[in-house]
Amino acid sequence: MISESVVDLSRLQFAITAFYHFLFVPLTLGLSFILAIMESAYVMTGKQVYQDMVKFWGKLFGINFALGVTTGLTMEFQFGTNWAYYSHYVGDIFGAPLAIEGLMAFFLESTFIGLFFFGWDRLTKVQHLIVTWLVAIGSNMSALWILIANGWMQNPVGAEFNFDTMRMEMMSFSEVIFNPVAQVKFVHTVSAGYVTGAMFVLAISAYYMLKKRDLPFARRSFAIASSFGLASILSVIVLGDESGYEIGEVQKVKLAAIEAEWETHEPPAAFTLFGIPDQENMETDYAIKIPYALGLIATRSVTEEVKGIKDLIAEHEVRIRNGMVAYDLLTQIKAGDRSEATIAEFRSRVDDLGYGLLLKKYVENPVNATEEQIKLAAQNSIPRVAPMFWTFRIMVGLGFIMLVLIGLSFYYSAKGTAERQKYLLRALIIALPAPWIACEMGWFVAEFGRQPWSIGGILPTHLSVSTRSVEDIYMSLAGFIGFYTLLLVAEMYLMIRFARLGPSSLHTGRYHWEQDSNTDSVSTSSAQA
Amino acid sequence: MEYELLKIIWWVLIGVLLIGFAVTDGFDMGVGALLKVIGKTDSERRVMMNTVGPHWDGNQVWFITAGGAIFAAWPVVYAVAFSGFYWALLLVLFAMFFRPVGFEYRSKVQDPRWRNAWDWGLTVGGAVPALVFGVAFGNLLLGVPFTLDEFMRSTYTGSFWALLNPFALLCGVVSLLMLAMHGGTYLQMRTAGPVHERARRISVLLAVVVAVAFAIGGFWVSQLDGYVIKAASNLGGVTTPLQKSVELQAAGWLDNYGRYPWMLVAPVVAFIGLALTALLSMANRGALAFISSSFAVTGIICTAGFSLFPFLMPSSTDPSHSLTMWDVTSSQLTLHIMFWVAMIFVPIILSYTAWGYYKMWGRLTTDFIEDNQYSTY
Repeated sequence: MISESVVDLSRLQFAITAFYHFLFVPLTLGLSFILAIMESAYVMTGKQVYQDMVKFWGKLFGINFALGVTTGLTMEFQFGTNWAYYSHYVGDIFGAPLAIEGLMAFFLESTFIGLFFFGWDRLTKVQHLIVTWLVAIGSNMSALWILIANGWMQNPVGAEFNFDTMRMEMMSFSEVIFNPVAQVKFVHTVSAGYVTGAMFVLAISAYYMLKKRDLPFARRSFAIASSFGLASILSVIVLGDESGYEIGEVQKVKLAAIEAEWETHEPPAAFTLFGIPDQENMETDYAIKIPYALGLIATRSVTEEVKGIKDLIAEHEVRIRNGMVAYDLLTQIKAGDRSEATIAEFRSRVDDLGYGLLLKKYVENPVNATEEQIKLAAQNSIPRVAPMFWTFRIMVGLGFIMLVLIGLSFYYSAKGTAERQKYLLRALIIALPAPWIACEMGWFVAEFGRQPWSIGGILPTHLSVSTRSVEDIYMSLAGFIGFYTLLLVAEMYLMIRFARLGPSSLHTGRYHWEQDSNTDSVSTSSAQA
Repeated sequence: MEYELLKIIWWVLIGVLLIGFAVTDGFDMGVGALLKVIGKTDSERRVMMNTVGPHWDGNQVWFITAGGAIFAAWPVVYAVAFSGFYWALLLVLFAMFFRPVGFEYRSKVQDPRWRNAWDWGLTVGGAVPALVFGVAFGNLLLGVPFTLDEFMRSTYTGSFWALLNPFALLCGVVSLLMLAMHGGTYLQMRTAGPVHERARRISVLLAVVVAVAFAIGGFWVSQLDGYVIKAASNLGGVTTPLQKSVELQAAGWLDNYGRYPWMLVAPVVAFIGLALTALLSMANRGALAFISSSFAVTGIICTAGFSLFPFLMPSSTDPSHSLTMWDVTSSQLTLHIMFWVAMIFVPIILSYTAWGYYKMWGRLTTDFIEDNQYSTY
């Protein structure tokens, strides 16, 4: 049997490395488009300040991008190092989008980023503008292919099990690409990235406005970020991920867990605004509910029901029992029984094979599972409800706070009085971590909500791990945490230093710290940068 | 397209990606490894970094894409090799972490301690992966202790330290010095002044040492037991690594050169490439030396790949569990789709990469770095 600690530690390592990676990705997605917009303004108007904006925000972009590349390296290889059985079992489908991401998107982004930084004197204005747009398009296409891969983990379409090779194999590539879950996820995730980019530029510009430094520079940055941000935050909220929760079994479970929806109610279901989910007794204490809201959000109708957790568990129990039979038939086939009857019988039950595999956590051979073990596997076929319930609400809450802040920023920026709104500017600085927290919460909801599956309904997480020792994973985990923390400290140090310095760090002679009257106080820091 | 043909095409394509990685990312890793050897002053080291500044990131994608392509085309190899060579791969990753941040962060602060720390980071980030790749290849030739069960779950029974045996270390040295030489020829082409001069001399030296080490490696391989397939099911059909029998045979890794004499092209190109690298560096013909060095790198990698063919990862625990390019591939459909994706995108990638080099071409000097100290690495 596979050691539970290896499974837990491998999950923790994947979660931590993905968490770190996702600190840098959203900003790259958003800021790359903001840079492209700024540079378009430069090429169209010919105003120097726009080029300075591209160069300065580009500097901060580069500081962030470097760690995005660093932490991204791990992600490409970690399926193999720590999730070897997963890699074998679904590589036929899952590997393709990863390889295509490299060929179609990552090459584009990484090749042109070099020209973006170093090509200013070597390229014409229009050539450089195209380069910047290609960086933005490349990074966003990267996200598309990664989310196609991830969407397939949530809702594995277009594939079938092959007992000869003991793995899932691709049946329809177009179904994998046009997986509705992947499409919804892509739009939601990149929009969240755009919001992150907008909030980043807004908060740092707000800081210059409060300090009354480099105002023309800050004002223009603020204006572009607030309009780009407003469109993005509306897209995040309106095209929320929830619409994708109706499709696929795992997504239904996720929806029920997010809403702590223990029972199936008459449609349309109410939305639980607040409450304390209690997993033991399968109820939510102190619930405050908004009638109709959940049904409308999740099913876009008032007549379709949202299935509750208790009913889902009951359905899973049936599928687990069916999966035990499928597993038994698979063993017979592997032992050499290739009779048509056995194969036909196996094919009719193969969709529940994954549910049978859930029992492998409790017993070596699922066929020998006891009643208790079957019940236990069914109980554990849904994720823990409380973490889902809370992280989702934090994400949504932060989303609405950002909507208000960005909306106000847009309004005052359009009116031309943004730099006088002291409270708004301060609030923007305080809210700077909000998009990162919201992004990480959203990521948590999507991936924690997938448990106990690595591939929804097909491959349980605990079977997916590599055969490595607990010590190996403790040590690699410590290595990742150590390296990443060290690099993150260096990143934050540079980011804060350059953000404070502002466009003076370009050494053009046009900005605040380069004017004679201002140099004394920070002469050391500006000289060093 | 026939499954059998697709399997052969993908063996070639993965080879192309690995060679693409070694020829492009190889020279910037080489520049990293030589950073402290050739760059005596801060400005000189910055000259070296900035010759690869606009390109290292794109180059590194060859590595990442090779990883993704192995996942897509050879999922069993991706699973068995990376979980087996766990610590070796993590060592490569940890070392490579220093590259993006090293390049990007190093010159943003003037403190010499800060810069020195990142210089070491870039050195490690260039040298360690180059060494480990060679060590890994060496262990493939020796056989790797792993088995597969009937559910295709793999178990690796070796340790990290066992990878560091004399033969594998020799392969590691060949790999490290080969990429350092490659970086040296690149520097000859892209720099002027003392850096150029030192790069020239070190390239000559390295080319000679690599040729000697590669020849010793070749002799050593002739003394090793190779793996040979004795019986197998239909190789063009659906197979898993468990459906064949494999035996050890003295000097078996040289069998292919008797069976397919054209494969001798690989070692011959390697030696001629190395000789020309040395001669052209002596003659101060940097660009031609770089081209020769690229051929040498390609020849050396092909020699390893051809010798192993059709094996990818032999199992020393149970030779019949060895992974070969016939029995580790994805389904026919996936190979077919990915073939067309590669056919469309690799030429596009090559053209915009070439455009990038064309636009950034020219020799860098310390004067240029000092005049542009805020906008260069």
